[in-house]
Amino acid sequence: MRRFALMLMLVVAAGAARPACAERLVVSLSNHRVAVTSSFVGEELVLFGTVEPDPATAPLHPPYDLVVTVAGPRQTLRTRRKQRILGIWVNVDAREFVGVPSYLAVLSNRPVNEIAKEDTLRRLQVGLDNFLLPQRIGSDLGDTVRDDPFRRAFVRLQNQQGLYRESGTAVTFLTPTVFRAAIPMPAAVPTGSYGIEVELFAGGMLVARTNTALEVIKTGFEQYVADAARDYGLLYGAATAMMALLIGWFASLVFARD
Amino acid sequence: MQIYLPIADLPVNVFLVLGMGLAVGYISGMFGIGGGFLMTPLLIFIGISPAVAVATVSSHIAASSFTGAISYWRRRALDIALAMMLLSAGIVGTATGVWLFTELRALDQLDLMIGLSYVTLLTVVGSMMIYESVRAEMRARQGMPATLRRPGSHTWLHGLPFKLRFKRSKIYVSAIPVWAIGFIIGFVGAIMGIGGGFLLVPMLIYFLRVPTATVIGTSMVLTLITMASATVMHAATNHLVDAVLALILMVGGVIGAQFGARMGQKMRGERLRLLLGLLVFAVGCRFAYELVVKPDDLFSLRHVRTD
Repeated sequence: MRRFALMLMLVVAAGAARPACAERLVVSLSNHRVAVTSSFVGEELVLFGTVEPDPATAPLHPPYDLVVTVAGPRQTLRTRRKQRILGIWVNVDAREFVGVPSYLAVLSNRPVNEIAKEDTLRRLQVGLDNFLLPQRIGSDLGDTVRDDPFRRAFVRLQNQQGLYRESGTAVTFLTPTVFRAAIPMPAAVPTGSYGIEVELFAGGMLVARTNTALEVIKTGFEQYVADAARDYGLLYGAATAMMALLIGWFASLVFARD
Repeated sequence: MQIYLPIADLPVNVFLVLGMGLAVGYISGMFGIGGGFLMTPLLIFIGISPAVAVATVSSHIAASSFTGAISYWRRRALDIALAMMLLSAGIVGTATGVWLFTELRALDQLDLMIGLSYVTLLTVVGSMMIYESVRAEMRARQGMPATLRRPGSHTWLHGLPFKLRFKRSKIYVSAIPVWAIGFIIGFVGAIMGIGGGFLLVPMLIYFLRVPTATVIGTSMVLTLITMASATVMHAATNHLVDAVLALILMVGGVIGAQFGARMGQKMRGERLRLLLGLLVFAVGCRFAYELVVKPDDLFSLRHVRTD
């Protein structure tokens, strides 16, 4: 099925961004749509691609490095810190992370800090440490230093949920110019549209980039329930309460004979 | 078999949740309580957020108390007039509770509030039950008769105005303590995700001197209505009721309750109260432990909104 979808898939191509580029990326995703059903326990998507010369006669300069950054739908989260007050642990301060990806995976063929210099990565926002995670500071929005305790805790907690990850082995070069990236989609993956940024490095410099997208949707019953709960709260609550009464009544019918 | 919960947004094992429903249902049937104070912590323990757990458990309790109420109705062992009186205040209590729940969630203090309420309420009520049942047991050992309800005994509660007569329970009391009890039950129910049966029954017996014949049935009617309205209110304001989770819990709960009720009828009253007291106290201590011991992670996340 997946292979079939792969064969049918439109090849997403990106033109050369800069005239100086001698490389062009052609990528294709095994599936542009992940359906979350009642039996969804997570799955793995595969991104295939090749490095093409541009123009066709230009020479290629392997070895290449590849970084794939997958960012899920944006959301706002609060990171709270507990402190001991009068013997018990209480949330005393919190930071709001505004419009940050609900899912973030940085996948590469080797650890990102070996691919390029620190300032290059920082400028291109490559790697979990360099990704922009804006916090609300007073009335402003801004990212803090990377070892800000709230930022670190935020990334760590998201990582424990399987939602934020960085892997230096998820991309494999099958030949010097053909690559394959495995995108893990955990069971708790948020629904919405995901952006996939593919960046090609050679000798520590960015030489080509392209992007594609995928969508995670709840289907069938799950979608129906989630929509109803959000859009028709009162009706949904009344229906749930009715369900409770029906089950209670039914049980008393079944077990009445004793 | 895993199933994805649409509101809690995580997959759970159906048999695990069904088993929890059965176990809590068994206990609730045995003691004649809703079992919310056990179910909510269990759900939190398997990774469901406290807010979703509290909101969802209310519908589960509505189901199990409806089953109970029907069987007491058949035996005519409930006082509808008293239940309605408690209820009029209970609804106000529930609405206040749901409002406070929403406010505390915005202030990041909801989990603390839930924890503190559990500790205070459960340890106090648990130790009172243990003390009372041990004393009754001792008295029974020494061959003394159990303290019976003294028909003429009055407390200051009986001196309050707005007196009402409840025929089925054969009591004549002021409306003020009835309203106060109703409000408290509705309020803690909405905050803690409990039906409050284990609180309501002793309160009705000790404060209003409701006879044991009608007390459990009456408490179940009240629980049923407050929990059904808490379900609706939580769904309408916080959108946190997970119908799929609720359904699995309900099915397990009502089946377990039937077997528990049979077991409960075989045991002596004092023994049953002692066991329930120990259970309530133990759950309270568990919550106290969590508040006092340094958490593994000082940081936690809360989803504010999807942009």
